[in-house]
Amino acid sequence: MSRMTMIEAIRSAMDVSMGRDDNVVVYGEDVGFFGGVFRCTHGLQQKYGVNRCFDAPISELGIVGTAVGMAAYGLRPCVEIQFADYMYPAYDQIVSEAARLRYRSAGDFTCPIVIRMPTGGGIFGGQTHSQSPEALFTHVSGLKTVVPSNPYDAKGLLIAAIEDPDPVIFLEPKRLYNGPFDGHHDRPVTPWSKHELGEVPDGHFALPLGKAAIRRAGSACTIVTYGTMVHVAEAVAQESGIDAEVIDLRTLVPLDLETIVASVSKTGRCMVLHEATLTSGFGAELAALVQEHCFYHLEAPVVRVAGWDTPYPHAQEWAYFPGPDRVGRALAELMESR
Amino acid sequence: MTSNTVPHDAALHDAPLRFHVPEPASRPGGQPDFSNVVIPEAGSVRKPPVDVAPDEIRDLAYSIIRVLDSEGKAVGPWAPDLSNEDLITGLRNMMTLRSFDARMQMAQRQGKTSFYMQHTGEEAVSSAFRIALSPGDMNFPTYRQAGLLIAGGYPLVDMMCQIYSNERDPLKGRQLPIMYSSREHGFFSISGNLTTQFVQAVGWAMASAIKGDTKIAAAWVGDGATAEPDFHAALVFASTYKAPVVLNVVNNQWAISTFQGIARGNSGTFAARGLGFGIPALRVDGNDYLAVYAVAQWAIERARRNLGPTLVEYVTYRAGAHSTSDDPSAYRPKAESDGWPLGDPLMRLKDHLIAIGAWSQERHTQTEAEILATVIAAQKEAESFGTLHSGGKPSDRDIFEGVYAEMPPHLRRQRQQIGV
Ligand SMILES: Cc1ncc(C[n+]2csc(CCOP(=O)(O)OP(=O)(O)O)c2C)c(N)n1
Ligand SMILES: [Mg+2]
Repeated sequence: MSRMTMIEAIRSAMDVSMGRDDNVVVYGEDVGFFGGVFRCTHGLQQKYGVNRCFDAPISELGIVGTAVGMAAYGLRPCVEIQFADYMYPAYDQIVSEAARLRYRSAGDFTCPIVIRMPTGGGIFGGQTHSQSPEALFTHVSGLKTVVPSNPYDAKGLLIAAIEDPDPVIFLEPKRLYNGPFDGHHDRPVTPWSKHELGEVPDGHFALPLGKAAIRRAGSACTIVTYGTMVHVAEAVAQESGIDAEVIDLRTLVPLDLETIVASVSKTGRCMVLHEATLTSGFGAELAALVQEHCFYHLEAPVVRVAGWDTPYPHAQEWAYFPGPDRVGRALAELMESR
Repeated sequence: MTSNTVPHDAALHDAPLRFHVPEPASRPGGQPDFSNVVIPEAGSVRKPPVDVAPDEIRDLAYSIIRVLDSEGKAVGPWAPDLSNEDLITGLRNMMTLRSFDARMQMAQRQGKTSFYMQHTGEEAVSSAFRIALSPGDMNFPTYRQAGLLIAGGYPLVDMMCQIYSNERDPLKGRQLPIMYSSREHGFFSISGNLTTQFVQAVGWAMASAIKGDTKIAAAWVGDGATAEPDFHAALVFASTYKAPVVLNVVNNQWAISTFQGIARGNSGTFAARGLGFGIPALRVDGNDYLAVYAVAQWAIERARRNLGPTLVEYVTYRAGAHSTSDDPSAYRPKAESDGWPLGDPLMRLKDHLIAIGAWSQERHTQTEAEILATVIAAQKEAESFGTLHSGGKPSDRDIFEGVYAEMPPHLRRQRQQIGV
């Protein structure tokens, strides 16, 4: 085991995967010599050579399109989109091609690719460095969507994603790269070295895609969330004294419905929480599932807390971000509601 | 059907294929090496008439049009007709941009804003181009063309208020610093997404032609971002509809850590991208104010005379970091900038003005101080309206306003939740 930041854990996952399997190749904008603008691929080109880790032209379409072709050949490309906000030129390749290749060729061709992208806000990145587009992927049949919330999971899930036979969208909450972030932006940053999930196995280990984790056991209500919001939810439960159970989904598709249903059936109250915009967000899917599966256990309507339905602003970042205040108020209301 | 009846060369067939990744001439620790940038003598490239057939100037896509020679003299057919006053204004604009950059870079370091991007070494490109445009023409810029605003007389205070996201920010705190927008000043709203604007410029130009207007458009993109599909779509539409647009590629050699060879392979030029589309293409010394102006004027005249688009590649060098989030010493030699063979655009215009007796070192020093004072005064004024983390701020209402022309009920409800 070693202490790792989320960046180091992600790098270690690629390193381990490249070491075990020659078919794993890594590329993207600034990914080769420099090692990525967030340094996630730092050192991989030096270690594995330019054939295995290289700089790509600034074309997200090209990056994903060539990855589909390489995967069809038999490689396992793990490509980086510099920010999730820049994946739109690649969307056709993702939706119409990567996601459906297995289906439309009846398994003749498959597409075991991983598309990594930093996601989410909290760094004053404005509307083009802050988006959380997970629902644009979960809506597409044939894709798996993963959102880790800590270094331990990031490594185990990324290795599993690389080894998965199907295309995986791997969303990395960039505000968590260097430390857990509970939404208290005015407090000093805590590093991962102070967090138990900053302790990561050095070698190979994979976490199953489709298995949630209970971050905090509780009996008063359930908060279903993922990514950065896991830490906000934990902090709010801690500070409010409300005994919330916090579920970290880890993967959105496939979804660990069992864990959600077991928890909500026990607590009778449920909050769905994400940073992405509310309308048609993944929270809508979660709320619908909870309603379908737990209706007779519910003591209050399922509440959704999410980003506002606007572009992500620059200056008003903290009024936009669903931080501890907003989550805390909604949680109190959820407990009062009947 | 019989299968493969053509006999094949067994030796060739069995030779393994090799994967090719272009590499820059040098990396940190190495010596700067620009031997691949072939630089013709100033004044040596011919100047064709604007209605020349594109086929007849294919060679210009591989050369570099230059006016200022090493003694600071303006030579050759491209030497433009600019008065001493015009040239002094040009120098002042570039000096203002450089001074503005220095102050805003420092303001970012002081925590007064989140982010900044400098133009160091590239000031001539946008400053000179702007002078060749007419009122009503529209630029579709990237984040590295603030010279278009400064040379067009856009107030420095407004630019700074945008950078500070303060209560006077014309963009209400919504946009990342430097993502200006001013229709009035012919400056289309900057997107953080690369190259999206390049094809939009073509659309704007098509609209102007559809309406029988007289305005033209200018598209802007960096070397790295030409790899995006939008660039290619722009060339297709511009050539098909002979759109009145100037397609500008600013080749400053780097795209963050990625050298320009990754965007085009190690052969050809960015200008030559136009040739396959039948678009006439020029390559110009981007650090030569006079050459940039002359080429801009030529391309703009073509657009206005219904001769269609022109692709222009500005050969320049990004002397500074990509942005305040970047440190180039990790990927290029520290002294690479000193080895750049086309020099510094400010110094070259200054030397020219001195050579023609229109300027002196004393006037230069005096002007430098005067410009610095102007920029500092603007900064003081801007800061009186707040900076990112202190003082006057845009309202939280501005999060919800302007998503639509009319706020739909769901947004009104969300706005009410934060009590604004
Ligand atoms: C669609 C998209 N992909 C990636 C980025 C991230 N990015 C911002 S600037 C940049 C490099 C651009 O280089 P170049 O086009 O040469 O312009 P320069 O910065 O040199 O002026 C990259 C990759 C982005 N903003 N948009
Ligand atoms: Mg560039």
